[in-house]
Amino acid sequence: MPAAAPQSASRKGLLALAAVVALLPFALANNYTYEIAILVGLNAIVCVGLNLLVGYAGQISLGHAGFYALGAYTSAILAARYGWPALVSFPTSIIGVAILAWIVGKPVLRLRGHYLAMATLGLGIIVSVVLATEDWLTGGPDGMSVPPLLITGEKPWYWIVGGVLLFTVWLAQNLIDSPRGRAWRALHGSEVAAAAIGIDAARHKLAAFVLSAAIAAAAGALTAHYSGFITPAKASFLHSVELVTMVVFGGMGSTLGAVVGAAVLTTLPQLLTVFKEYEMVLFGALLMLTMIFMPQGLVPTLEKLLAAARRKPG
Amino acid sequence: MIAQTLLSGLTTGAIYALVALGFAIIYNASHVINFAQGEFVMIGGMAAAVFVETGLPLPLSIVLAIGIAVLVGFLLEKLAIEPARGASVVTLIIITIGASILLRGLAALVWDKKIHPLPAFSGEAPIAIGGATLLPQTLWVLGVTVVTVAALWWFFNRTLAGKAILAVSHNRLAAQLMGISVRRVLLVSFGLSAALGALAGVLIAPISFTSWDVGVMLGLKGFAAAILGGLGSGPGAIAGGLALGLIEALGAGYLSSAYKDVFAFVLLLAALVLLPNGLAGRRTAERV
Repeated sequence: MPAAAPQSASRKGLLALAAVVALLPFALANNYTYEIAILVGLNAIVCVGLNLLVGYAGQISLGHAGFYALGAYTSAILAARYGWPALVSFPTSIIGVAILAWIVGKPVLRLRGHYLAMATLGLGIIVSVVLATEDWLTGGPDGMSVPPLLITGEKPWYWIVGGVLLFTVWLAQNLIDSPRGRAWRALHGSEVAAAAIGIDAARHKLAAFVLSAAIAAAAGALTAHYSGFITPAKASFLHSVELVTMVVFGGMGSTLGAVVGAAVLTTLPQLLTVFKEYEMVLFGALLMLTMIFMPQGLVPTLEKLLAAARRKPG
Repeated sequence: MIAQTLLSGLTTGAIYALVALGFAIIYNASHVINFAQGEFVMIGGMAAAVFVETGLPLPLSIVLAIGIAVLVGFLLEKLAIEPARGASVVTLIIITIGASILLRGLAALVWDKKIHPLPAFSGEAPIAIGGATLLPQTLWVLGVTVVTVAALWWFFNRTLAGKAILAVSHNRLAAQLMGISVRRVLLVSFGLSAALGALAGVLIAPISFTSWDVGVMLGLKGFAAAILGGLGSGPGAIAGGLALGLIEALGAGYLSSAYKDVFAFVLLLAALVLLPNGLAGRRTAERV
């Protein structure tokens, strides 16, 4: 169970992240590096939300790519097929996905552990098959093009995504430090014990589920309008697994960990492309080694090492 | 038509059941959901196909292919699961996901990314029974599955090694106190699961071909079958596999083939909401 970080520590984390977002453009040489940075930011937004569900409330989801893709497609379809302005279709998609997550979350969140993993996985697969099959609406497996959201170009998008990321992290940290966050951590520790001290387990789990789905939908819709093109692959099981992997790799129950996990696992494949056909082998091996030797994830393990080093004089 | 559909559903269902049994055995011994289970299926089919292409006789290729999968299963347990003892369930899941990416990458590297056929075990001439025609390979799939399930029953109920695995799955500490080597039990479980997966891969390859990435979907379906039946239950895994295969075949045959996976998962979700512990699952109490 993640320990409650003191207020000041989470503020420091937020400030550090803001500094990174502000200073990173000095290191970004061209449009390609900007693109990667934007991609990192978008994945980080999803992971910060997913971490609330997985790392804090202790409920696994192997279907969040489904919510991500639904956000992307809803905004895209409303804008492209029905001529809605993107500024209206974007919030509509988030609200729509939140309502849907509430409806499916209610029965599904009664399941526990591996059964919940299977149910969310099933939801994700249903979404991806529907998106690939209903081609009159979604363009089918080939995907569809999406009208832009007011602006285009890598640099303005960098600041939009950076701003949304900082807002999401701020929101997550405030929630974690609130009574609701403490209730989530209690659920993670033991659902029965939490219920025994009067925490409404079903309601709190549903809240974490709906919030993380809405955040995923927001990131999905942003991705769609930024890249101008989406395919059903965004909803695939492999993408869901990627998202959970980023959260666990960075460190469950650490908001900064979710951002770091997203950053490392988004840039790693780009760096590994120089190894061409060895890319998958290296990626799989690195993932395994990290989780075997740092089972708590990157950031919590490094924090512990730092704390230990500080205690030792000299 | 209906007989034909049911028969093809039973055939894929039998394959799902074998994969689901692999999930159940590893889950019972270690409480790990092995997301690399599908890769054992891929290794079985691919290795056998490649051995046959190099000119080895089919039976020898099959034995070698299953042997390779068992070796990979042993290595996975020794090098990845054992060093991570005590890690949380989600961490262990991510480790097996890493293993499945690694194995897929290795398969694409060592073999190739092409689709490979495997010759049917006893010819391609269809047999007509009543109104339905069936391929001899269908009989092989169903027959071998029945024999395998019987052999597993005998192993778990009549041999000391099998009973030791059951003992560890019921209570690890008590089993250890009785002198059972938990390490060896884990190793045997991973080997056995790998063998079952590879066997499924070899059986289905002549019908649906095989390639480096067939493991993802077959693994998912096996997991779904294991969950539908009630995680950790052997009879449940078999019932879950057959049910999933039949639902898919009926849905694809009578409603829409594009939506066959959707039918399977919608019914799975409905079943889970009504029976949160699977068809054969028991209600559990939690110690706080």
